[in-house]
Parts: sequence; C-alpha cells; structure tokens
Amino acid sequence: MKPAPFSFVAPESLDEVVRALAEHGDDARILAGGQSLVPLMNLRLARPEVLVSINRCHELDYIRLAGDRLVVGALVRQIDAETSPLVQAECPLLATALPHVGLPATRNRGTVCGSLAHCDPLAELPAVALALDAELVLTSAAGERRVPADDFFITEMTTCIEPGEVVAAVALARQDPSERSALHEVSNGGHAFPVGGVALRWASADGVCTMARIAAFGVGSVAQRLVDAEEALVGSDLGPAAVAAAVAAARAEVNPTGDIHADADYRRHLVGVLLERGLLEGESP
Amino acid sequence: MNDEVPVTVTVNGRTRQSRVEPRRLLVDFLRHDLGLTGTHIGCEQGVCGACTVLLDGRTARSCLHFAVAVDGSEIRTVEDLASLDELHPIQEMFHRKHALQCGFCTPGFLLTTVELLERTAEPDEAAIREALMNNVCRCTGYANIVDAVAEAAVELRRRNPA
Repeated sequence: MKPAPFSFVAPESLDEVVRALAEHGDDARILAGGQSLVPLMNLRLARPEVLVSINRCHELDYIRLAGDRLVVGALVRQIDAETSPLVQAECPLLATALPHVGLPATRNRGTVCGSLAHCDPLAELPAVALALDAELVLTSAAGERRVPADDFFITEMTTCIEPGEVVAAVALARQDPSERSALHEVSNGGHAFPVGGVALRWASADGVCTMARIAAFGVGSVAQRLVDAEEALVGSDLGPAAVAAAVAAARAEVNPTGDIHADADYRRHLVGVLLERGLLEGESP
Repeated sequence: MNDEVPVTVTVNGRTRQSRVEPRRLLVDFLRHDLGLTGTHIGCEQGVCGACTVLLDGRTARSCLHFAVAVDGSEIRTVEDLASLDELHPIQEMFHRKHALQCGFCTPGFLLTTVELLERTAEPDEAAIREALMNNVCRCTGYANIVDAVAEAAVELRRRNPA
C-alpha cells in the first residue's frame, strides 16, 4: 500500500522544529530515519497529518561527552553510532547492541533516538537505554526537560513524549573501564525481530559486585529493568549461587505473553538463560 | 495537503528535479517520475530488499523513504552499474554464475553487493551470506548468488589491486 496524504516540513534548526510541533500539535509526527514510521505509514497503521523532518537539522547530528555522560543527538544514524570510536570507548554496551538492530540498510538511515521514541517492545535500544541509566532530552517550545529512561518508556509504542515535544538527544552513562557488559538475544533466524533479549552491565571490586543494571526486551509490553535480579547480584560474589538467584529473580519479575514466535513460558525461561549467558560471557569494555 | 513540493536529487550523477506529493515514496519517484524502472518494488515495508538503492553511498530501502525527505541527496540505482557496452563486474558474475532466474530481486542484490564489496574487499562466505540475509529471492537461487558475489570480489580485487 501507499501512505495516506500528509503535509511535510523540513526545518533546519531545533528551534524551527519545536515551532512546527507547537503549530501542529497532536497532528504532527517527527520523521528522523523513518525506518519504523514509514513501514507503518505504508501499511496505513500510522496516518500523521504533518511530518516534521529533522533530517536537515545538522545541529542534532553529534556524539559528545558531557561530564559523566555520552550524549547522542537525535540525528545520529545507528550505523554512525555503531562505528563511532567514542561510543565504542565510552558506551561499549551500545556499540555491542547496534549490530542487532534492524538490518544494515535500515541502520544506515535509522537513528538511535528514533528507535527510543518509537518504543517497540522488541527493540534492543530501549533496554540498552535502561541499562545505561539514560536520560532523554525532550525539547518543546516551552523549553527542555530531561526524563530518566525508567520513566520514559510507558508501554508498547508509548512513551512520555507530550505533543509538541521532540527527543533532541539521549544522554547515556559513560561506562567505567572496569565494567563488563553484554547483550544477548534470540531470534528466529537472521535479522528477524528478536523473540527476547537481555542487556546488562555490572561492576565488581575485590570480588564483590558493586553495581548491576539488567534490562530485558521482547518479554513484555515494553523494555523492562529487572531490579530484583540486579539486587540479587549487588553485594554478591557473582558466583554460581548468586547467578542462579539473579536468574530466578529475573524469571519471576517478567510478565511475557505468547505469540506465534514463542509462548510465554519459553520467553520467561529465555530471560534467565540469556542473563546467565551475559554474566558468564560479558565483554569488558 | 496534497500540494506538490519541489524535489531535487542527483541520480546516477545527473541532477533531477520534479514536483511530487510528500507521500511519494522514493522508489515510486524513481520509477514513475524519473522513469528509472530498474529499481523494483516488492513488499513496500522494508523486508524484501528488491528496492535497495544507494542513498548518499549507503544501501537504503527506497520504499522506506519519501522523495521529499531525501531532497538534496545523491542516489545510485542499478542503471548506473553497467556502461553502454560492458556489464559491471558484479553483474557479469551474476550472469556467469546463473545468479538470477526471474530477475525481480536482482537489482537489490546487486546494490547490496556493491556496498558489501566497498566495505569488505575479501569477504568470506559467512560475510557474504550475512550481507545478503535481508534480500529475498523468491526463486530461491541463493547458492548461485553467493557464488557470484565471491567471484565478483575476486574480479574486483584483480582489477583494483590494493
């Protein structure tokens, strides 16, 4: 099918973007890479009246350090984040995750922030944002607010973005060089959407786990922090008993549903398997 | 809302201007407005890969882009590969290795291969299969396509030694 008619504006600055959003309110959608939105429009599952393209806003195409955070602007394409030495050094979890996102031809155009704003429950990046204590920078005509990832993702395809707001950037925690992190997922072949996955990072000192962030995707209506599993790890020696406790906690705190790809019990089991695999095989940054 | 807007793009080295509805997909712009019907359109949802073109040097699904949104870009389509009297080495190897049957998917495979061989001069079979994983050939002639890409890599290295 072809998309329903819409009007198109392509401002050249963030100021003009938020002005356009203020003018069109609920009728407007942001077009960044469009690799999730355009298929939905072709299928007429999405019918925005106005598309506000940010593809001319070159001021949003940056990756830079700001204090203890790595900030990724709204126009950064996934392929450019994946190959960025800054991302590889400061947020190896993001660099590890990106090759799993979509397919090469969509990563060439799709953006990091766009995937977060789209909030697909099967997407890797919302879980990565949770694991990296991300803050979403939301800009509107009224100014800027920063929302922690824990409050940003609400449910399937739904975030706390208000009409008139655009995700201008995401600020991710810089990973300490002593940290380890991993992303594991299972999909039914190739680059198909995952059935489920886990993103995690953790740190330890003197044999004791001092920090753990674990987030799952594909096993609920939205990416989810697994706080009980994190608690089971922090303060532990990360030995077999601690890993088993974390795995059990993870399985207890997810609430997956079944579909044609996998049933709920399989997904619940999978979360534990992938968490254990991550903890055993996690890469040092 | 249906007002047409101007679009200027460079396609295969030539500047092309037109006026289109904002909802005009890049693939339809290429085929219907510019008459470049070498780019095929299959699923219209980014899955099949038949409509793959190079957008500013990188593969893109032309069904997942609006022509207005790529205004100012440089686009390369399958029509740019061969010269008047000679096939591109990738096309030549697809021909020799019988890497096409009905040919519908071929333009997408060719441009995906262009990007692969630009990024990786010497891909092994796993890398070739990984790169082609998101292009669908409904005649299922994948083995010959993989062979053709491997041979094309050899030929391109022969012509352009590192």
